[in-house]
Amino acid sequence: MSALLEVADLTVTLKMDAGPREVITGTSLTIAEGEAMGLVGESGSGKSMTAKAIARLLPKGATTEGSVLFDGTDVLALEGDALLKHRAQVAVVFQDPRAHINPVRRIDDFMTESLRILDDVPKDKARAKAADALEEVGIDDPAKRLRQFPHELSGGMLQRVMIATALLSEPRLLLADECTTALDVTTQAEVMAILDDLRRDRGLSMLFITHDLELAGAVCDRTCVMYAGQVVETRTAHLLHADPLHPYSAALVQARPDITSTSERLVAIPGRPVSAFEAPSGCRFAPRCPHVQDACRDGEQVLLDLDGGRVRCRRAEDLRGTLLDGAHV
Amino acid sequence: MSDYVPGPATRATIDQERPVLSVRNLRKVFGTQVAVDDMNFDLMPGRSLAIVGESGSGKTTVARMITGLERPTSGTITACGRDRSKPARRGKERKARGREVQIVFQDPYSSLDPRQSGAELIDEVLRVHHDHSASDRKRIVGELAEVVGLDQRQINAMPKALSGGQRQRVAIARALATDPRVLILDESVAALDVSIQAQVLNVLADIRDDRGISYILISHDLAVVRQLTEDAIVMQRGIVVESGTTAEILDNPQNAYTQLLRASVPGPGWKPQRMRERLLGTAAE
Repeated sequence: MSALLEVADLTVTLKMDAGPREVITGTSLTIAEGEAMGLVGESGSGKSMTAKAIARLLPKGATTEGSVLFDGTDVLALEGDALLKHRAQVAVVFQDPRAHINPVRRIDDFMTESLRILDDVPKDKARAKAADALEEVGIDDPAKRLRQFPHELSGGMLQRVMIATALLSEPRLLLADECTTALDVTTQAEVMAILDDLRRDRGLSMLFITHDLELAGAVCDRTCVMYAGQVVETRTAHLLHADPLHPYSAALVQARPDITSTSERLVAIPGRPVSAFEAPSGCRFAPRCPHVQDACRDGEQVLLDLDGGRVRCRRAEDLRGTLLDGAHV
Repeated sequence: MSDYVPGPATRATIDQERPVLSVRNLRKVFGTQVAVDDMNFDLMPGRSLAIVGESGSGKTTVARMITGLERPTSGTITACGRDRSKPARRGKERKARGREVQIVFQDPYSSLDPRQSGAELIDEVLRVHHDHSASDRKRIVGELAEVVGLDQRQINAMPKALSGGQRQRVAIARALATDPRVLILDESVAALDVSIQAQVLNVLADIRDDRGISYILISHDLAVVRQLTEDAIVMQRGIVVESGTTAEILDNPQNAYTQLLRASVPGPGWKPQRMRERLLGTAAE
């Protein structure tokens, strides 16, 4: 598998009223053709901003350093038609479908707009393509759905419409930003199954952004954990649970209650997650880390290769295999 | 952890053998839609009950009826031996109900007054409900802040200066200020980050152990349900489809819908499947 997407040392700074705020610091990740990469983190970790940088949807005034290569093309330098073409190849599905669809236009209009305007596809043909796409995501009676308005559809149905719409431009990479978070759990399973099928049938690559480590583990090949704007670990998805390399990944695994048993006390992480611009120097997780040593607070931590994964922790090798023991005081 | 003495509704009057909350044949109809149909349960002192379901199951309507935000179409709700199925006729009655059952909502961003600090909010509740002196109120505010894990600066800060997890702690402290017998948690940890959710769940477990308070946890998150409750009720489109101990329901679900819910939760070895139609038929959407 060759890399379809290569993000290298990406730093994003947003322009805020209070001055420039760094939200991502030196993020690096690669996604191969047909690969599903999970991107996991808490509020402010920079996971959504990473997706926005890849799709070139960063807010106005944002500045970037580093590089994003998509199929060898420098994404951050794209302009005009080349940028439109890039956005067709990289589709995004967001968390709240109702916030991204015009409530007064029919599903039909919403789905076929870019086909008709950008690709000059005649209306009938565009509609037929839209109906096919709806069928592909498991919606019965697509002709009827196309005539309906967004408010007539349930959240799960509308999210499937969003996915179907994203497919119409024949993308090669799908950025799914918490796209099942607002859905009921049975609907989530349904939508995940659809995404899984699409990935297999179309060879689609996927960046799956979520706060749910278990979900990422179940559907992705590899998972990337972000904290305070940095990637702290990249690991084969199923290994992240059983054998995490970074103390933060381990803490996330342990903080989540287990559906199969009740624990006396959850192993909570003290403090709260921070954003890149408020992070301390040295290791950004240090103030919350149970394994911290004085040396962790000096100097930037770098991503190290360890056992097929990558980890940003100077103690990773020492701590190997002990992180899930629980009794770390 | 706290020596906060309850107000006029003294704990001695609470019988440990009798349910602190009873719901019988509870029904709510909106127009032609039946939101809740024939619901029955008893909540014993110090126990925790989960009401589990997805959107439209009626679980939040149940919480709203118990707290008096909706009026039941029929059926009865009894808390601490007193009926609360009809709206309170007098302020005194309404306040008494506030000392029996309290609620913590899902969204800590919309449930707090942006111009009132946590300390002011709790002080106001104490003034309305109990007959404490100003210095006692100050002491109790401090104790409640400690119970939920907020420091002096945080409890005196305006909500905008607090994170989501801290705001939710303020909301829990506010609910505890009336010294209720039952606390309803309506998706109260659903909007929190994983690391913060664990902190708040631990705080809730401590409060229950220390105060013998009963919880009703309204939730769609089965792992959270497992962590915090002993008993559970599963609702689907207004109807109770299964009830029992939480462990039984999650380990060995009997009803097809409960089985589907359980199977939809990602975990080791989980593969997403299009199970919904197969198990529930086309009526699912």
